[in-house]
Amino acid sequence: MSELINSSLRDLSRALAAKRVSAVELATLFLDRIEKLNPALNAFITTDREKTLAQAQSADATLKIGTGATALTGIPLAHKDIFCTRGWRTSCGSKMLENFVSPYDAHVVEKLAAAGMVTLGKLNMDEFAMGSSNETSHFGPVRNPWDVSRVPGGSSGGSAAAIAARLSPAATGTDTGGSIRQPAALCGLTGLKPTYGVVSRYGMIAFASSLDQAGPMAKSAEDCALLLSAMAGFDARDSTSLERAGEDYGRDLEKPLTGLRIGLPREFFDAGMDADVRAAVEAALAEYRKLGATTVDVELPNSGLSVPAYYVIAPAEASSNLSRFDGVRYGYRAPQYDDLAEMYSRSRAQGFGAEVKRRILIGTYVLSHGYYDAYYLKAQKIRRLIAADFVAAFRECDVIMGPTSPSVAFAFGAKSADPVQMYLSDIYTISTNLAGLPGMSLPCGSGSNSMPVGLQIIGNWFDEARMLNVAHKYQQVTDWHTRMPEGVK
Amino acid sequence: MSLNLEDVTRIALLSRIELSGEEREATRDQLNGILGFIEQLQAVDTTGIEPMAHAVDVVQRLRPDVVTESDRRADFQAIAPETEAGLYLVPKVLE
Repeated sequence: MSELINSSLRDLSRALAAKRVSAVELATLFLDRIEKLNPALNAFITTDREKTLAQAQSADATLKIGTGATALTGIPLAHKDIFCTRGWRTSCGSKMLENFVSPYDAHVVEKLAAAGMVTLGKLNMDEFAMGSSNETSHFGPVRNPWDVSRVPGGSSGGSAAAIAARLSPAATGTDTGGSIRQPAALCGLTGLKPTYGVVSRYGMIAFASSLDQAGPMAKSAEDCALLLSAMAGFDARDSTSLERAGEDYGRDLEKPLTGLRIGLPREFFDAGMDADVRAAVEAALAEYRKLGATTVDVELPNSGLSVPAYYVIAPAEASSNLSRFDGVRYGYRAPQYDDLAEMYSRSRAQGFGAEVKRRILIGTYVLSHGYYDAYYLKAQKIRRLIAADFVAAFRECDVIMGPTSPSVAFAFGAKSADPVQMYLSDIYTISTNLAGLPGMSLPCGSGSNSMPVGLQIIGNWFDEARMLNVAHKYQQVTDWHTRMPEGVK
Repeated sequence: MSLNLEDVTRIALLSRIELSGEEREATRDQLNGILGFIEQLQAVDTTGIEPMAHAVDVVQRLRPDVVTESDRRADFQAIAPETEAGLYLVPKVLE
């Protein structure tokens, strides 16, 4: 039974179908692990054994009848606490929503529940997804299972830590500037941010709407393909959801990589990344050449502008999105105030943490009268230059590769005093969000202090199936994705 | 350009976020650090470049003008800080 903690979703599915294990037994296995290991990691904000087991019982009933069961029926997963889950607290890592029990489900939650997946609980995250280290959560930082003195990355740090510690076989995440890929890299997992518009944003608490995208996090590319196939799909309730036919994202997993052209952006390899990260990424590229791929140098000349452009666009959109938290309809309300204006400003001052307030203030400023053209419009023009670089690069190659993060997981407090230093930890991931491209991270080695290193794959628009194929073939000849931290075995 | 305390006060008012005197100074310094960082965008020549608001070209969809929502007022008001007789309560705004 305990060997199932490191099983692929496909193997869990086979075990469930063959009745070697029930959904209730599987859920109990992981709930017990959460109870034992979560206090040291703080990956979960909310669990509810009764609700989880009720879902598992219903999955067992479906499996018994056989009809209506999918490959995911009975498999447990956990949701980032940014996804509204009906009847469960949905805090978004914030005091503002500390007592918010959602009256409805996000589209992603509905889809995965409809596929028969069982919810283990809600995962910790940087407050409103604003952070790269999980240190901004109102519920305290998540600890990296590979070394609890280090951050798990962010903002989907709870998702990453939970899977790395084998507290859940899979999790949902969201990625606005790297929030799936960077924690996946820092915790030794596989995570994918799809093309913008592929997964519905309905019920996903908004941060920067033109950049936010949900995606799967799991141990392997094969697992991510299964999850994405269930998560993706048109949803009329999200005005930017794309009307595309459903896809089996695992259809090309086994395709040989002979002739694959891998683009290496000069800007990603020139400077900035630590030596241990570079060594692991180079070794992965050597493995790809053995698999029949060729590498070609490409240029993304404006990629250096992606972080500053992002820190205009994302806060601008956040300042608008977060204006809904006014202490009237839901969320925190300050206990004392003299009038309506004071009720708003005090509720927001007390309900939001420091990083969220900083971004609202920056966003408000760059959108304010007299500054809009100089900041917001300028950043949007640069966004187009960044996207155009990718269009040109993809004429020369099929996928782009590079590091996901410039360093392995860093220590708590290492970057929290200087916002700009923290922002720069997303230097390799942000440009794909600005362009709307799909990006993923997969484990490709072990850096200093045996911390995991992530390889980033950036694909052309809607090329997720190919990216998953490229990642899967590598995972067939390497075992980084199956490794577990010592402390959780 | 860098922000002074008056600018910070104005931005905080527009943002509806109360800042204490001490917070205002710390906020000014942090915001100036971030603005200094994004200042590098100004050096880029963007003449003739169309601003890009969205990653994909989307058009607003129209839907038939029919009721799609059910009445769940009680559910939604159950999570509000203060309600009475189906109404949301706020401090008096008209004398």
